Amino acid sequence: MTLKTRLKTGLAVAAVTALLAGASGANTLRMADSTDIAAMDPHSMTESNTIGFLNHVYEGLVRYNQDLEVEPALATSWEFVEPTRLRFTLREGVTFHNGNPFTADDVVASLERAAHETSPVKSNIPGMASVEKVDEYTVDLVLSGPDPIVLNYLTNILILDREWMAEHDALLPADMRGGRENHAVANANGTGPFRLESRQPDARTVLVVNEAWWDEPQHNLTRIEFSPIGSDATRIAALLSGELDFITPAPLQDVERIDRSGGASVIIAPALRTIMLGMNHSDTLHNSDLTDANPLQDRRVRAALWRAIDMELIREKIMRGMSRNSALLVAPPVPGYDAAIDVLPPADPEAARALLAEAGYADGFEVGLDCPNSRYVNDEEICQAITAMWSRIGVRAQLTSQTPSKHFEKVLAGSSDIYMVGWATLPMLDAYSVLSALLHTPQDRMGAWNPGGYSNPEIDALTAKVAVELDPEKRSAMMTEALKIARDDVAIIPLHQQPLAWAVRSGVDIPITADNKPRLWYATVE
Amino acid sequence: MIAFILRRLIQSVLVMLAVALIAFSMFSFIGDPVNSMLPENASTEERQALREQLGLDQPVTVQFTRFVTGAVQGEFGISYRNKRPVSEMIAERLPATLELVLAAAVFALLLGVPMGIYAALHPRGILSNLLNVISLIGISVPTFVTGILLILVFSVWLNWLPSFGRGETVQIGWWSTGFLTVSGLKSLVLPAVMLGLFQVTLIMRLVRAEMMEVLRSDFVRFARARGLTNRAVNFGHALGNTLMPVITIVGLQLGSMIAFAIITETVFQWPGMGLLFIQAVSFADIPVMSAYLVLVALVFVAINMIVDLLYFAIDPRLSVQA
Repeated sequence: MTLKTRLKTGLAVAAVTALLAGASGANTLRMADSTDIAAMDPHSMTESNTIGFLNHVYEGLVRYNQDLEVEPALATSWEFVEPTRLRFTLREGVTFHNGNPFTADDVVASLERAAHETSPVKSNIPGMASVEKVDEYTVDLVLSGPDPIVLNYLTNILILDREWMAEHDALLPADMRGGRENHAVANANGTGPFRLESRQPDARTVLVVNEAWWDEPQHNLTRIEFSPIGSDATRIAALLSGELDFITPAPLQDVERIDRSGGASVIIAPALRTIMLGMNHSDTLHNSDLTDANPLQDRRVRAALWRAIDMELIREKIMRGMSRNSALLVAPPVPGYDAAIDVLPPADPEAARALLAEAGYADGFEVGLDCPNSRYVNDEEICQAITAMWSRIGVRAQLTSQTPSKHFEKVLAGSSDIYMVGWATLPMLDAYSVLSALLHTPQDRMGAWNPGGYSNPEIDALTAKVAVELDPEKRSAMMTEALKIARDDVAIIPLHQQPLAWAVRSGVDIPITADNKPRLWYATVE
Repeated sequence: MIAFILRRLIQSVLVMLAVALIAFSMFSFIGDPVNSMLPENASTEERQALREQLGLDQPVTVQFTRFVTGAVQGEFGISYRNKRPVSEMIAERLPATLELVLAAAVFALLLGVPMGIYAALHPRGILSNLLNVISLIGISVPTFVTGILLILVFSVWLNWLPSFGRGETVQIGWWSTGFLTVSGLKSLVLPAVMLGLFQVTLIMRLVRAEMMEVLRSDFVRFARARGLTNRAVNFGHALGNTLMPVITIVGLQLGSMIAFAIITETVFQWPGMGLLFIQAVSFADIPVMSAYLVLVALVFVAINMIVDLLYFAIDPRLSVQA
């Protein structure tokens, strides 16, 4: 879309919105998610559904638009005055919901709060060394080294009012050790398109439109009522009975039922999250009849396991045709993705058996497979299918499915042979996330999610270069290169991008975004 | 009497401690809360640092001692997920659960007692047999199925009652009540029916069995021999003697209704303590879970103790043994 057509559509949408708003007066959107938002304090947790909701109340210096591109929000422009000094020009005339003006002091206080030693979100802004006020509407972010994706990080760091925090003794995020409640946990004062009217945890959180919002509203909402509904059946029933306008997520098995009902429909898109199987690359397996060797160290064995999985069948039977099979560890919208190398050959048990025989495991072997049972879409069913597919080539997988908190505890402790994990690359939205966390040799900050100990000097070297390369094209090419090496080496077995399904009452229009964060400032209701 | 109460109190404290200890030793099986508290890209060192900060690296005995010391002072710590004091969160949810349990108990009594009396007075009637069959269904169908069916019929098809939540509530001091608004009362109907249905069956069968027993006893025969009307015999003499054990059982059932409200609260997104607990389990939110378990144990212990004291007051044989 060129800038001109984009402007035109923007204006058209604005005009239509204005008409609709004028015609119907109060427009309330009643929505439900499967979990409640954890807290109103954007620096107290990193749950993406909470951050997604808080994006309506608070804003960052920059934000993602509906195509997941970084666009100006509270900052109007930015430039690198030095390689490690990023200067932001702030938007003038913006006010917080309590009427306080937005200035450089708020930015300094908020960034320092997010990056504070006791802050749980400090690893979401890892490159920040300090933040300096230049004048009332200019701020310098000093980085500890060149950081090509600092803006991506900043979409997730929301800005609070300094005066308000000082007044309520909330200049630091809630500290678990102190045992003290933080005012910002239950109250909010942002600059966003909506402001918090009331909140009853687990029952209802109400936002009302912020008439003084700096941006041109593209939505026609006056009020958002958010309720968590944990039970899938109840959530769908409430949508079908007309008590709700919008639900996330819509369980895949109910998609047809909702569409058939007439009053509501499902919107589906491939999500950013890629589901994959990580593997133990160390010298011994944890759960096997082999005690002296780890067949997973052999590339041919890993390739055999991959070739034996029939993703087409899983897509058809388990995911009801709604997932997107992937040969890469990142989804198409993520920089570093390249369609040319995202080619998944069809499953071939014969070839897989041949590879196993070549590696000296013609009779197969026993291996542990770990799965969460409620973290990803149909996670347990996928693992059961894979166990059956592997048994056809003689690999006897011992499947353990358990609750997500148990599963990830085991995985991160490095006690698993083969484990399912999903990676959305958020908040970076960049393949560097996969390289640094999943593929890099575990050391210091790197490889935090590589408990299997995969180590490849080529990938490590590329990752180090990607971390400081400021030219987007060169950077992207290097990330693609690293992803290709990982694919050819079968470092991790990619499965698919799981589908994202929301459901809306007829007459409600909400653009679906691959990061699973509804952006209701683009939503319209009739 | 005082010695009896003292002994009961000491026993109660021991029970509470045992519950807390069992709960604590189970927490090591629910997973590591640190993984869900930090971003995915947090380093291994950051995870370890937070674990130490929260004292999760210490042995269970040390964690347990710290919990008991805090709990005695009414201090249950801060929720890992919501970052709010646990005591405050529980106080906020308590009214929702208690109002639900109260409504369910009243519903169960109002329906169960008359049904039981009818079935006892007309043991061979068609309606009695029908009630018996229905009550069998009430016992055998899992409660969450009943809940979902209720939602399907009354919310989706008939559109009469809301399918989730508590409606509008009114704040009286720290107590939030749904009894005073129309939407609050409407929201209460389906969850109360779901929670009370099993109790209806229980009470009906109990009343029926007790009353048939009493009707066979000598004093009822003598009453009839004296020429009293059926009405006076059945309701004046028999019913009063029937209700004593019923009241005891219903009292004890209150405790389990508070505990089993978890399922009802999950199905109807009723913002009570059970829902809080279920969410805490999936997040491995240890402070919330331990506080809830101790509170439920306290409710059971308190109800049992009150029942014991009532027996003591009624039955003189207990004081001889004491």
